[in-house]
Amino acid sequence: MLEIKNLHANVDGREILKGLDLTLPTGEVHAIMGPNGSGKSTLAYVLAGKEDYEVTEGSITWNGKDLLDLDPSARAATGVFLAFQYPMEIPGVATMTFLRSAVNAVRKARGEDELSTPDFMRLVKEKAKGLKIDAEMLRRPLNVGFSGGEKKRNEILQMALLEPSLCVLDETDSGLDIDALRIVADGVNALRSKERSMLVITHYQRLLDYIVPDKVHVLSKGRVARSGGPELALELEKTGYAEFGGEATAA
Amino acid sequence: MAAVQETVERVKEIDVDQYKYGFFTDIESVKAPKGLNEDIVRFISAKKHEPEWLLKWRLEAFRRWQTMQEPEWANVHYPKIDFQDLYYYSAPKSTEGPKSLAEVDPELLATYAKLGIPLKEQEVLAGVKGAPRVAVDAVFDSVSVVTTFKEELSKAGVIFCSISEAVKNHPDLVQKYLGSVVPATDNFYATLNSAVFSDGSFVYVPEGVRCPMELSTYFRINAEQTGQFERTLIIADKGSYVSYLEGCTAPMRDENQLHAAVVELVALEDAEIKYSTVQNWYPGDKNGKGGIYNFVTKRGDCRGDRSKISWTQVETGSAITWKYPSCILRGNGSRGEFYSIAISNGYQQVDSGTKMIHLGKDTSSRIISKGIAAGRSNNTYRGLVSAHRKATNARNFTVCDSLLIGDKCGAHTVPYIEAKNASATFEHEATTSKISDDQLFYCLSRGLSEEEAVALIVNGFVRDVLQQLPMEFMAETQKLISISLEGSVG
Repeated sequence: MLEIKNLHANVDGREILKGLDLTLPTGEVHAIMGPNGSGKSTLAYVLAGKEDYEVTEGSITWNGKDLLDLDPSARAATGVFLAFQYPMEIPGVATMTFLRSAVNAVRKARGEDELSTPDFMRLVKEKAKGLKIDAEMLRRPLNVGFSGGEKKRNEILQMALLEPSLCVLDETDSGLDIDALRIVADGVNALRSKERSMLVITHYQRLLDYIVPDKVHVLSKGRVARSGGPELALELEKTGYAEFGGEATAA
Repeated sequence: MAAVQETVERVKEIDVDQYKYGFFTDIESVKAPKGLNEDIVRFISAKKHEPEWLLKWRLEAFRRWQTMQEPEWANVHYPKIDFQDLYYYSAPKSTEGPKSLAEVDPELLATYAKLGIPLKEQEVLAGVKGAPRVAVDAVFDSVSVVTTFKEELSKAGVIFCSISEAVKNHPDLVQKYLGSVVPATDNFYATLNSAVFSDGSFVYVPEGVRCPMELSTYFRINAEQTGQFERTLIIADKGSYVSYLEGCTAPMRDENQLHAAVVELVALEDAEIKYSTVQNWYPGDKNGKGGIYNFVTKRGDCRGDRSKISWTQVETGSAITWKYPSCILRGNGSRGEFYSIAISNGYQQVDSGTKMIHLGKDTSSRIISKGIAAGRSNNTYRGLVSAHRKATNARNFTVCDSLLIGDKCGAHTVPYIEAKNASATFEHEATTSKISDDQLFYCLSRGLSEEEAVALIVNGFVRDVLQQLPMEFMAETQKLISISLEGSVG
């Protein structure tokens, strides 16, 4: 279970999160919505442990463990995964090489043996298939020249390979056309399980047609302003974020 | 990635200033007295039983050197060298004639063992059956002590020996080619080398022969305050091919050590020479104290039509590097290549690059330079591409990329381009980038440690050049790159 209590966080000396409370039980999928600037991405980065995102007050515990005590790679080892809104490009490093480095780093930290090359190849092939990622894409340098859809599918592939218990998806739907959205959503849904919690951050309701959340939280000015069931997302689709400090019309 | 893991483990075993190869082998050396004068030049020549013409050549170089000034145009800074405070000759005592490996000083073999030599020279030196066929001409201090595979090479007609031996056994070849690419009067350090060069490698590949194995030389500086003045001469006769690799490590010490080597390559018609260097000399401690001064002159002459010379270098060591492996594209249709990875960390200073001199028609050259600066180091690429009036259709393509790690280092690019023939096509691309915090964070969020992340990103950055190295050195070089960047983050 993820428990966030009275979380305050600064970026460049400006307070973005202002006393955020959130509870995400194990096995549930919660959506985080909200207008631009409400702190959605900041929350994602704070969870993953990005430097320069300074927590000034409050706590984050994951299954009783204090997440704020851990550096980003230790968080990955303990099961936290952030699917980036803008995945980074690393020229010259084949996607396959990167995946293998990541999987083995995490396995090692969890006290598991590194996978042999054939075992790893088999695993990647199996996971990549559902995401329509072919061998050619895996040979290309990580995210370099990837289309928006390819980048996001690659994020979900990493999520599948690293077997996290807490998945944070930061605007995974941004920049996707409807076909790509469906592939990515199917990939995410395939990873839903009783042991895995997910935080799906999105600006639009559209994604939630495909990934149906157990709960929806609306952020406003760095706090959870309202929580409800999936119907809350539909309501927002009609009324927009005006009452939460956003522009009058949602897209 | 297994290699990355291994690297990180190895990095953890060493401290920044506990240079892995910083041990000192206690072998009694025969030294000439400190300082440099005509008597020392005569002493060196006499010690090596050289013919009169070579002594004369040395003395002329020495007299010329006395009139020369140390160059100061490079972007490097160091205290003035007292050339009278150095030894110019030192040979391990045991070299009075080991005829086989069994006769080699066990201390010497133990040194190679300690080096953890990746190149399998270890086995080769120890005479292990089934060792890969890499011929080694090991330079220990100033004199080549052991040369293997000579017989098999001689079957192919390839001559691979120390330059002293070559002077004795193949004087005509040496006299014909020595100084024909880098003249004795070329520059301050090359001229010094010509006067006092101690030893080095000699290779001759006869017409039409493809050298049956990679040739490799292991340089190592040992005795205290001994400048190293190797001289290497490689001649590829018509239609022949040879691939040569030098790799270097040095022991730890406080005094700065001077290294002023000269390498000359000659490629005749349709011949090809591939010369690779992995340089890992002591860079100095974490405060910038000590370390090797590496002032090297390397030049290849594509003398024959359609000949080709390719330099590949991985530079990770030395306190100061001053080095421009160059190609003179004299033959029509000849081709020169320069692939370089230069890494600087701590207080290292690198001023390196290449010169491509297009003289013949339809000549082409390619330069791929990857500079990586970390710590408080300075990394300068300095390159010249020129086309002579008669060099019709000369073509050059240059890519010059710099990567900065941290905010206390510097990367500089100084390209000189001169085209005196209107048909020349020269392309130059240069980029400077940083390992961004976002890239690092992305890797960390996938479970990689900072060291692993930097190693991965840097190895990606240099990939184009790594691929030019002989296969067996690629993996080792990846590790070396990571070790060199130890302490560059966090």
